[in-house]
Amino acid sequence: MLAETSIKNLDKVVIRFSGDSGDGMQLVGNIFTNVSAGLGNEVSTFPDYPAEIRAPQGSLGGVSGFQVSVGTDVHTPGDKCDVLVAMNPAALKQNVRHLKKGGVIIVDIDSFKEADLKKAKFATDEPFKELGINEEQLLMVPVTSMTKAALADSGLDNKAVTKCRNFFALGLVCWLFDRPMASVDHFIKKKFARKPAVYEANSKVLRAGYDYGANTHSSVTTYRIESKEARPGVYTDINGNTATAWGLIMASEKSGRPLFLGSYPITPATDILHELAKRKDLGVKAVQMEDEIAGVCSAIGASFGGNLGVTSTSGPGLALKSEGIGLAVMAELPLVVIDVQRGGPSTGLPTKTEQTDLMQALYGRNGESPVAVVAPVSPTDCFTMAFEAARIALEHMTPVILLTDAFIGNGASAWRIPDDDEYPEIKPPYLPAERLAQGGWQPYERCGENQIRYWAIPGTEGAMHRIGGLEKDYTTGALSNDPVNHERMIMTRREKIARIADDIPALEVIGPEDADVLLMGWGGTYGHLRTAATELNAQGKKVAFAQLRYINPLPANTGEVLSRFGTVIVAELNTGMLADYLQAKFPKTEIKRINKIQGQPFLAEEVVEAVNNIIGE
Amino acid sequence: MQDSITYTAADFKSDQPVRWCPGCGDHAIINSLQKTMAALGVPPHQTAVISGIGCSSRLPYYMNAYGFHTIHGRAAAVATGFKLANPDMTVWQISGDGDGLAIGGNHFIHAVRRNIDINILLLNNKIYGLTKGQYSPTSARGFVSKSSPYGTTEDPFIPAELVFGARGNFFGRSIDVELAITQEVLLAAGRHKGTSVTEILQNCVIYNNGIHSPITDKEYRADRTIHLVNGEKMLFGKDKRKGLVRDGFLLKAVDLDKDPYTIDDVLVHDSHTPSNFLHQQLAMMDGMELPLAIGIIRDVEAPVYNEEVERQVREVQAAHGFDSLRSMILAGDTWEVK
Repeated sequence: MLAETSIKNLDKVVIRFSGDSGDGMQLVGNIFTNVSAGLGNEVSTFPDYPAEIRAPQGSLGGVSGFQVSVGTDVHTPGDKCDVLVAMNPAALKQNVRHLKKGGVIIVDIDSFKEADLKKAKFATDEPFKELGINEEQLLMVPVTSMTKAALADSGLDNKAVTKCRNFFALGLVCWLFDRPMASVDHFIKKKFARKPAVYEANSKVLRAGYDYGANTHSSVTTYRIESKEARPGVYTDINGNTATAWGLIMASEKSGRPLFLGSYPITPATDILHELAKRKDLGVKAVQMEDEIAGVCSAIGASFGGNLGVTSTSGPGLALKSEGIGLAVMAELPLVVIDVQRGGPSTGLPTKTEQTDLMQALYGRNGESPVAVVAPVSPTDCFTMAFEAARIALEHMTPVILLTDAFIGNGASAWRIPDDDEYPEIKPPYLPAERLAQGGWQPYERCGENQIRYWAIPGTEGAMHRIGGLEKDYTTGALSNDPVNHERMIMTRREKIARIADDIPALEVIGPEDADVLLMGWGGTYGHLRTAATELNAQGKKVAFAQLRYINPLPANTGEVLSRFGTVIVAELNTGMLADYLQAKFPKTEIKRINKIQGQPFLAEEVVEAVNNIIGE
Repeated sequence: MQDSITYTAADFKSDQPVRWCPGCGDHAIINSLQKTMAALGVPPHQTAVISGIGCSSRLPYYMNAYGFHTIHGRAAAVATGFKLANPDMTVWQISGDGDGLAIGGNHFIHAVRRNIDINILLLNNKIYGLTKGQYSPTSARGFVSKSSPYGTTEDPFIPAELVFGARGNFFGRSIDVELAITQEVLLAAGRHKGTSVTEILQNCVIYNNGIHSPITDKEYRADRTIHLVNGEKMLFGKDKRKGLVRDGFLLKAVDLDKDPYTIDDVLVHDSHTPSNFLHQQLAMMDGMELPLAIGIIRDVEAPVYNEEVERQVREVQAAHGFDSLRSMILAGDTWEVK
């Protein structure tokens, strides 16, 4: 190792913490992220949990990972990492494929004993050779023994001491990337506020890890990560599921309608229920119902009662809620249905990400049953689009499906807390007192051209009415089997959804003015696709980029945008659902496709390659 | 305030023509319900009627109240969300035996378990009428229907047993034609805080005519049913000379004129006692060895789900509440960029 340490500047760096699921990798990853965000870095994170809750210790199935990208122009957690921390052989084996060529690996060499190698199913006692890792990129650090040494006088038992080793690794990484110890310490103190002894121990080990790096000059270089000037304001670290929950609360504040969540636990959507259950401090009623169907039905009941009714789920739960959503279509009640998409079909890949519920969201109900469908593009955009879903639901009296996914739901980044006036007032179409006084009002009477029915909240004197799942007469609201009336009601409900297009922003296109190729996606793939488009532009390719956030109805200018390009490429994490949808609506545009269905996000580099293959290099 | 206004059954009738079959027990039941609502004195605009799917679930259309005819089996879930959202409303849920105990069985038991303040009317005709005559979860073993042409090979639910299994706090029972008793039970159900379940034995003239006749026919009704009244002796029979007495852990029906028992041996009904042991025994009497119990069988106070939710919101807000989302976020981990 060299005596002198030089400092290198980096635009962005990707770090992956990995270890056994009991090793506390998510915790140290989160602390590193928060500290970096506090320094003004842009951050984007992705936790990679094992599917099993308690796989055997040290086994390949029990590896937990946390990847974070920090720096400038950060749109994704990064395709591959510059630094991989592996706390045991299983973590190394599972994660080495995520390492960039020439990237650095930090391992706890104390946990590479014969038994550990066996648990990770290494064939030889030379794990690094077996994985093709050359020694120059490897920092073999005795993390466990150094942790024990640091806590020799602590009085803690062996098990408690071993639990602190993640903070040694964090200390070392913080040295490597020049993170201020005081700020790291602040987060640890907060985390263990109720366990001062644990805080003391972790703080000591953190410092030991940092000092170990400085004293041994573990790496030839340390790094300074660039930060761009961010928009002034107060920031916090937020993941997509929390942002979704908060966006709904904002909509509740802006509409004056109390927020009700009826839900049922399901990966990867449960954190929305957790967050809203905590928000009794803001008056939110979040109820864990007996099943998915009860989740949506209680939300519909709450909407009938005058609340902003919401239900949260993932793909299998959306399937169970289909009939309920159809009822809300028929009853014309506001309803927000959140689907944090995961790998399917059936139980599929519960912890992995996919965009395979698009067709289910658009069409997965009996009868002609149109609903609005919107999709946020990033963890922080979950706030905006959850607000939008609620705004559309309340102002247009319709169910709205919000399609997020495991990637942006669990992913996090720094988020500027919006000022109170940044989001508009939401104005539901309440039945005006004058209209009621006039007489003759019926529950399916339309107010204005957008075909929206008035909302008469139960408890209002004189506005008693009956709604339900049976077809109603257009004029009287009574049950009707009349064939012509049925078609009229179908077309009215369809028109109501189509008119939402007048009430949403236009599709934005970014990139070279003279581009003839449009790369397009929807929802949570934004970061990777945008990074790919930027890379293509850097290669001199004239590729423009657009990401859809409003899918039904589409922004009014979508057809016009598509018609401007000779080549339109739709990239999505399914076999081509958006492409099929757009192709049906815009038959003159030939839509090319890039698809991936591996339960993993795109890698920007594979999108670049796929686009180049389509347009010809 | 509405206190001075009194209502009549007509105030709760909508302008929609009632379309049940002539002779259907639902006609009597809706009349009883409308009279009960008038007696209860809750104005129509503070009354909601929520139903699932089935013949009886058409009922909300005929009521002048806030009505919601939802989907098959889900009325309890919709009613739960509705009551939580709008707790000032008095909520009635109308379900049949198929709607409430087959497709909606899960929601039914969980509503009862939570003790949400809704009034469930379970109209039990032991048949699927709207789909034209299939056996239901309350049909007896061996029952022959279109979907069981050789008789069913399964045992039925006894609705009361589910209610007690789910730790229910109000259970009452009546017969469609017993208008006074139906109103008596429904009025108590309406006044009870928490989930009330009122089972009403109902006749389907088309697909299951006479299914309850062995018990409900005038000829036998006095001997095969017992009207339980809180604080009163458990007496039945034409001249009230039959009574229920303890026989070890079980109940026994005795004839005070023939058997060696006196009026002092006859049990007194206490619908308010928290133990559900005797209530369950009474509710399980089937009209054969022991008379079928009608009236208010159990009516016990317990924590009410929607009130508990409200209380928790109030307490959390008082202890560490926030006035806005922004102030809540600012109280967490944040940093400022200038």
